[in-house]
Amino acid sequence: MKIKNNIALSNSGFIFNPSTGESFSVNPIGVEILNLLKENKSKDEVKAVILERYQSDDDTFERDFYDFVNILVHYHLAETDEEKGN
Amino acid sequence: MKKKVINIAVTGLNATDNPGPGIPVIRGLREAKDFDVRIIGFAYESMEPGIYMHDLVDKTYQIPFPSAGQESLLARLEYIQEIEKIDVLIPNFDAELFAFMKLEKKLLKMGIHTFLPTVDQFEDRQKINLMEFGKKYDIKVPYARTIFSLSEIFGLTADFTYPVVVKGKYYDAYIAYNPEQVQTYFNKISSKWGVPIIIQQFVYGSEYNVIALGDGKGNTIGAVPMRKQFITDKGKAWAGITIDEKNLLEMTDRIISGSKWRGGMELELMKTQNNEFYLLEINPRIPAWVYLAVGAGQNMPEALVKLALGEEVKPFETYDVGKLFIRYSYDMIIELEEFEKISTLGEL
Repeated sequence: MKIKNNIALSNSGFIFNPSTGESFSVNPIGVEILNLLKENKSKDEVKAVILERYQSDDDTFERDFYDFVNILVHYHLAETDEEKGN
Repeated sequence: MKKKVINIAVTGLNATDNPGPGIPVIRGLREAKDFDVRIIGFAYESMEPGIYMHDLVDKTYQIPFPSAGQESLLARLEYIQEIEKIDVLIPNFDAELFAFMKLEKKLLKMGIHTFLPTVDQFEDRQKINLMEFGKKYDIKVPYARTIFSLSEIFGLTADFTYPVVVKGKYYDAYIAYNPEQVQTYFNKISSKWGVPIIIQQFVYGSEYNVIALGDGKGNTIGAVPMRKQFITDKGKAWAGITIDEKNLLEMTDRIISGSKWRGGMELELMKTQNNEFYLLEINPRIPAWVYLAVGAGQNMPEALVKLALGEEVKPFETYDVGKLFIRYSYDMIIELEEFEKISTLGEL
């Protein structure tokens, strides 16, 4: 999974997709995760950073992470490995 | 250095909830880098707000409706031309375009330049010919049929899945969920615009538009795609944002180079969940949201005037992505004398 290159993300949590004109808002943790994903960090690398900064556990992180990623893919902000291959 | 002043006549001063493009066209012209303008407004009715916007429109004349025929329009234009010495005319209504296209040579003899599509170009993209148009340019177009009478409505179920869109030849479009609603909208539209009525398969998705300008030789002088951000009950964009969508720009280039489109145009599209664009309509003129293109760096009204005057115009290469327009309504206070003048003398 990869965040699309042209997606604009501001520190305020405002996301703009210039291809579709759609805009979204995410909370501060969402911004952190998105920035890590934009740096091409793997799920495990993102998990390590988040669990170091915040009180959570593996299961909770993974569940929320996959929810978040599915939303990103649904709104065409990220592409799956399959899409990248196409 | 003082810039030359060009006298430009503009129609479509109806800055209402279903706005004509006249006022935003004029705003673009007033911001032109290479010339100054004197604006002569052409209005059909005394309630068109642009008539009273004296900071934008220098003088307004009422002109006859297209249904009155070309002769009465020409006679009115001859009278106006004697006074105003118009250099360029920019018509902005679909319904009046045919008359102005037919009068093109006569207008030029009078000194009035236009930059309009040819009759063939105008006819090819008509709603009733859109499916053929799509095939010609390899563009997806929703299935559509034209009907001429109420008796054809109940046979539509064989070809369509409800909802469908019921459209007039020039204006109006309603979504109908059953044959009874088609009947209602058929009557509503045909009483205003006549027949045929176009029945088009409804496509679910997000609405996108492209404004473009062709030089008549196959070159795209400008093109800006936009996503509608807020849509009124009449389906008009009340807010929109410029986007970076290469597929739409390629589609626009394909249409303009293939048809050698001359003048302004607007593509209306629907993007489905599968990321496919369906072409719903092509409007053969500058759209009412043209000022967004001006704000994004492509002053198409200025470029159109130059093309009309035979000047060479270099294509715009870029535009700002992520620029928004948001409309608002504004109450003007008008003195009775002004309303009286335009109503009785047909001039203000």
